Amino acid sequence: MDRSVVISGVGAVTAFGVGIEPLWEGLLAGSSCLRPISRFDPSGFPSRLAAEVHDFSARDFVPKTYRKAVKVMARDIELAVASAKCAIEDAGLSTKGCPATDNVEPTYPSRRIGCHIGAGLIAAELDELTSALATAVDDDGVFSLEKWGDVEGDGAMGNLQPLWLLKYLPNMLSCHVTIIHDAQGPSNTITCAEASGILSVGESLRVIQRNDADLCFSGGAENKINEMGMLRMDFAKRLAPTGDETDGAKIVRPFDPNTPGGLLGEGGGILMLELESSARARDANIYARVSGFGAGHSPRSDDAAERSRGLQYAIQSAIKDAGLTPADIDAILPHASGVPHMDAEEIAALRTVFGDRLNDIPLVTITPNIGDTMAGHGSIAIGVGAMCVRKRTLPARLNAGTPAPDLNAGPADVRDAPINHMLICTNAQGGQNGAVVLSAATESPQ
Amino acid sequence: MTQRPARHRVVITGIGCVTPLGTDVATMWQSLLDGRTGFGPVTRFDAATFSTNFAAQAPDLDLADWYADPSPFVGVGRNTKFALASAAQAWKQAGLGDPKQPSSSQSQVDPSRVGIYLGSGEGVLDFENYVRTNLAGWDAEKRTVDAAKWAKAAYENMSAVRELEQESNMTLSHVAQALGACGPAYNCLTACTASTQAIGEATEILRRGDADLMIAGGAHTMIHPLGVTGFIRLTALSSRRDDIPNASRPFSIDRDGFVMGEGAGMLVLETLEHAQKRGATPLAEITGFGSSADAFRITDIQPDGQGARYSMLEALDEAGIGPDDEDDNGRPLIHYISAHGTGTRENDSIETRAIKNVFGDRAGQIPMSSVKSMLGHLIAAAGAVEAIVCVQCIHTGILPPTKNLNKPDPVCDLDYVPNEPRDVNSIGGVRTALSNSFGFGGQNNTLVISRFEGESR
Repeated sequence: MDRSVVISGVGAVTAFGVGIEPLWEGLLAGSSCLRPISRFDPSGFPSRLAAEVHDFSARDFVPKTYRKAVKVMARDIELAVASAKCAIEDAGLSTKGCPATDNVEPTYPSRRIGCHIGAGLIAAELDELTSALATAVDDDGVFSLEKWGDVEGDGAMGNLQPLWLLKYLPNMLSCHVTIIHDAQGPSNTITCAEASGILSVGESLRVIQRNDADLCFSGGAENKINEMGMLRMDFAKRLAPTGDETDGAKIVRPFDPNTPGGLLGEGGGILMLELESSARARDANIYARVSGFGAGHSPRSDDAAERSRGLQYAIQSAIKDAGLTPADIDAILPHASGVPHMDAEEIAALRTVFGDRLNDIPLVTITPNIGDTMAGHGSIAIGVGAMCVRKRTLPARLNAGTPAPDLNAGPADVRDAPINHMLICTNAQGGQNGAVVLSAATESPQ
Repeated sequence: MTQRPARHRVVITGIGCVTPLGTDVATMWQSLLDGRTGFGPVTRFDAATFSTNFAAQAPDLDLADWYADPSPFVGVGRNTKFALASAAQAWKQAGLGDPKQPSSSQSQVDPSRVGIYLGSGEGVLDFENYVRTNLAGWDAEKRTVDAAKWAKAAYENMSAVRELEQESNMTLSHVAQALGACGPAYNCLTACTASTQAIGEATEILRRGDADLMIAGGAHTMIHPLGVTGFIRLTALSSRRDDIPNASRPFSIDRDGFVMGEGAGMLVLETLEHAQKRGATPLAEITGFGSSADAFRITDIQPDGQGARYSMLEALDEAGIGPDDEDDNGRPLIHYISAHGTGTRENDSIETRAIKNVFGDRAGQIPMSSVKSMLGHLIAAAGAVEAIVCVQCIHTGILPPTKNLNKPDPVCDLDYVPNEPRDVNSIGGVRTALSNSFGFGGQNNTLVISRFEGESR
């Protein structure tokens, strides 16, 4: 029998703020953070709205002795590090870098703590890099590799900080978190676009089940709200043109047949996955049991039904892994990117698995509120799902469009919902898919 | 031993690679035994004034050599080409069909039970257009990039395909498509340990029965101006411009860093039941996997090699091997170690210390070598190629040397198989090998790979 695993802490940094509470309150209120981009002048891009995190400094979320390291943290890393701190505190756990009270011993031995944090392709900060590149232009204003080279000791590349590369390596999200919290168990960095978060949670689940750890930091974080990120996402035909609109909630309308595309958010979500027996022994505040997980890869096709096979396998595997059938699922939190071909693929998979029942299962969507947070999305979604299960509540649902009438996806207020089992799933640009089933922790484990 | 649930055994049934020393396993292996090194001046861009102006470059590939119809892969990144070529070799060897002969490639496997786990790197930066765009947006007075100007230049200069191919899940996406994998699919990017981790986690997926067959491995190239720059700034690269063919000197006192390589290694893994059912020949068995984090510093390895030690101990534990166990001939049960062996000052001494901490007095009895001394460091792809090296050791009973080990470092005092390959068939060949990979930032992974000896393990 597998060792049972629960979520005992949720940490998040989203446009609503730091922590799961502001996110949950924002969702209950039906608010959206999709606003004009303020971080840089977006006028050169067709899509100019996003959900930015404001008033956030990573320095506030690392131990004093570690503050120096913040200067080698890209934004994505900062989001992960802060989310991890929130998660540990929320779980009431102590680690070396984050003791619950002064001088308290860490709750778990270092070797029993794993760390799986998904990441995306991190873009170099343009000012930092270009200020160095600009010192290697020749008299005609053209960049010269000859001037860039350092063999004579004074090449322009010397203007990059020595640790420049480490600021942008995707594994540094996990590495900084392992260092701060002295997590010496298995550590991985899954890079599968929007599926990264769910696949990371799945891997943590398996690592604990197979007895290689008892506790894992698990999730993902990403920020694509920068020039390179916006360009690449636009090249991928992911972003809705925003024109003069300033309210992104009017743009992002998942499952509307006329959806114009998605919008970006930045965000991180880290969950504490913990062996249920240990969590119960320390009287932890348990959100939900992670009862099932599945993954699959989508074949390429112009036909959404064919393409949806990967997500379909992921969902079916997760439900089976939980020892359930589709009839047991009470609510679903899908990707709901608002990108037409991705929405179509997702609905095709859900329809295949749930048949006519899909008409009645509430779909929870968070992209109209916080945008598509990419590698952060899956674990933020699982965090929201964990709140739904624990609070027996579904948040308000924003949708300014007209979702297909046979879907439970239109605008809705907050409502009570006694959820026993909830599915969180996502597809991803590139074809990876992940699905997790959360179950109310009051039931005895399978 | 750690209590673990009953699980499937996992065997390797196909291997393939693209490296600076050959674009198939046989050629690479012969080059390693011949002690050839793959190092030469960088030809991909003008690195003349770089303190490291050399690398281990793999040849340019034509995918038509491996695929009957390479048209779906027009425009894929160099790293993805390496992966596709390697995967086709492994797929064919596993008896799953030859992608070059479409009629034979109707494999007898259920696509939803075929998964893929790669540790592949990001694609190659479009450096020229990227720099041109950045400089077009640069406001020298304000010392900042004007985003509107930048965007205008970007849409003029940059290519959608080249940008999207850089996402680090794209290699995975193309290989899955090429071979029809619809099961669990992952890419991990844990720096220099990525493909070892991918093989290990793929093994765990099979052990649990979440798939019947997994394609596992990695591909990477960072031989582009900013990749080389990044490692030069970290002072991780050899700068031996005056003796390029012998620049990489793992465990030697005059080692001064690694040589960047590029390429891919791919393995077909399956549950033993699945391999037997379809009549496939196991090349070797993966008997152990360990994973750990140093949790020390992003720039330095934990000085006692504690993370490396944990990773090895966990892999040995899963394989059911105690560090003191010996075989009937009195040899330690681990017959060969494929070292991470980058040739940096720090890695080689600490890896040596970690191995001593694991095996104690027996450490010196275990031959180990670093093929990075000849192949260079394939970064994310290194571990997959080194796992293939272990399979070759098991098959041939010959160990590849550590090249350029002429001045042993007193703190590196183990048996590194210096300069000449070693035939160990007279003492029973290689039954079990251990392969280490450690990443910048402190993620560590170890595989234990064993001769397949039928049902009776």
